[in-house]
Amino acid sequence: MADILANLATGAATALSAMNLCYCLLGVLLGTLVGVLPGLGPVATIAMLLPATLTLPAESALIMLAGIYYGAQYGGSTTAILINLPGESSSVVTTLDGHAMAQQGRAGAALATAAIGSFFAGTVATFIIAFLAPPLANLALRFQAPEYFSLMVLGLVASVVLAQGSLLKAFGMVVLGLLLGLVGTDLTSGTQRFTFGLPALSDGINFVVVAMGVFGIAEIARNLEDKSRRDALVEEVGGLWPSRSDCRRMVAPILRGTALGSLLGILPGGGALLAAFAAYALEKRVSVNAAEFGTGAIEGVAAPEAANNAGAQTSFIPMLTLGIPSNPVMALMIGALIIHGIRPGPNVMVEQASLFWGVVVSMWVGNLFLLLLNLPLIGLWVRLLAVPYHLLFPVILVFSAVGVLSLANAAMDVYVMALFGVLGYAFLKLGCEPAPLLLGFILGPMLEEYLRRALTLSRGDPMIFLARPLSAAMLMAALLALSTLLLPSVRATRNQAFAE
Amino acid sequence: MHRPNVKDLLAGMLFLAFGLAFLLLAQRYPMGSARRMGPGYFPQLLSLLLIAIGVATALRALLSRAQPVGSIALKAIMLLSLAVVAFAFAVEHGGLAVAVVVLVLLSSAASHTFRLPQALALALALAVFSALLFGFGLGLPLPILRFWG
Repeated sequence: MADILANLATGAATALSAMNLCYCLLGVLLGTLVGVLPGLGPVATIAMLLPATLTLPAESALIMLAGIYYGAQYGGSTTAILINLPGESSSVVTTLDGHAMAQQGRAGAALATAAIGSFFAGTVATFIIAFLAPPLANLALRFQAPEYFSLMVLGLVASVVLAQGSLLKAFGMVVLGLLLGLVGTDLTSGTQRFTFGLPALSDGINFVVVAMGVFGIAEIARNLEDKSRRDALVEEVGGLWPSRSDCRRMVAPILRGTALGSLLGILPGGGALLAAFAAYALEKRVSVNAAEFGTGAIEGVAAPEAANNAGAQTSFIPMLTLGIPSNPVMALMIGALIIHGIRPGPNVMVEQASLFWGVVVSMWVGNLFLLLLNLPLIGLWVRLLAVPYHLLFPVILVFSAVGVLSLANAAMDVYVMALFGVLGYAFLKLGCEPAPLLLGFILGPMLEEYLRRALTLSRGDPMIFLARPLSAAMLMAALLALSTLLLPSVRATRNQAFAE
Repeated sequence: MHRPNVKDLLAGMLFLAFGLAFLLLAQRYPMGSARRMGPGYFPQLLSLLLIAIGVATALRALLSRAQPVGSIALKAIMLLSLAVVAFAFAVEHGGLAVAVVVLVLLSSAASHTFRLPQALALALALAVFSALLFGFGLGLPLPILRFWG
């Protein structure tokens, strides 16, 4: 316990420095701003703003990126409630009851519930990270190449299992991502692979370029398909304060949502999206007001909002302690760490203690900012919703293009981004999920490195992955996750969960 | 007459094409052995896996029910990527301000509510804004205007 307090104090020293407070605030504000604007999810938002953080010290950059993430998360819920348009996928369920509440003139109460639920979940999740991260990192310090390889396989398999739609296609996307990740100079032999002799590709394709193309440009094209004029019909916000009965009704859902979300966030492949869906489904099953769900039940806002924030935060645990991204946002964070010259893994906590704990504490600070700022600023966010899309998307493109250009001051990166935009749109149209592609892309070089080292260790015998107990356990877990999908009942639930 | 699932068939063929391309390119890199993996080892392994997945996806598509690909905003995606490519070209030859104008004008045309005067106004406003923010504000090493010759 004393250790944890000492760690949190270390973190507070970093997170509460004037500079980092500013970057946290800036991140939260920018994240909310872009999250409120429709049609740009957290992945594209972070990819777009990431180049701006590269000149900062590593801890400030990460603090700002984390702020952008939960700001975007929160902004997404705001649009879900006010105009029935989820700013990003994890707030899809919030539209069900949140928008229904807004139509009854209780938008203010719904927004306040979302804010309170998120803040509570964020606080709990901060402590969960403080408790869980050190033992997990200690365990991971004993990992060798075979364990890391198996862990990455488990993470990739989980991302496939949790992807929407066809399993086979999600697998294809992972493998394609791994291959694309290998473009560039092979670190061991120095061979230039798949570079077509272009010097601009010798450092590999930048992950921001891939993310911007696949998640940014492709999304914009999809939004432009929609010929119907979007009704920017914003509901009246009404009084912000939830009534006494609202408060009573939201307590249990927030607690359950926080617990479920924290758990699902830690699992590989988990995160905010899964957490929100699962919490809504659970609440619908256990609530005494189940009949009201879908018609403006406050439980239907409180639980998923608490869960998605808890999940968003605990998904930092595997990223910070093991160096394994559990979702595309964490993949971007890993990429950012690498750019700053930090090798992700259990050593981060020891070697970069102030960065690690600073980020953890700043999450709580960021959630506090969200609670304090966003309710008063709600009028401003509402006005932003009125900006028509045809004025908005060129602005997004300008920021993306300049951002990508500034990465290495190379026009080549911008060309590659356009290419990935076209490719990403084709994937969307063919029902191939882009998330596994991005995870594979980030993990490709690491996976090869660990495979190479493990096989050198065993003199070429692949049985090493099964002979070592931890590694075998992780591969078994991956197999188990896959085999559950073969059960008809699980398959049906999965399809239903994504169909909702 | 049985109609295949075009969506999955195309996805399978896309994977197959990528797998074959990577496999072909990877032939140039030494394989090594499992004990000492060469730069060609892992890529070839993955390419073969991707080819298998592609074939399996395509075969399954032939046996399953038809599923339409849905409407494709071909004009939109083409204009968007063209706009980005033109931006990259223009930034090298005309400078940031020119590139922003080109990007905004071309991409705006992708919207079905495109109106030239409005797009022009947005383009000019954004060009000035980018010049101020990125050029002077953040000090990115990008020439704002560059003239030929």
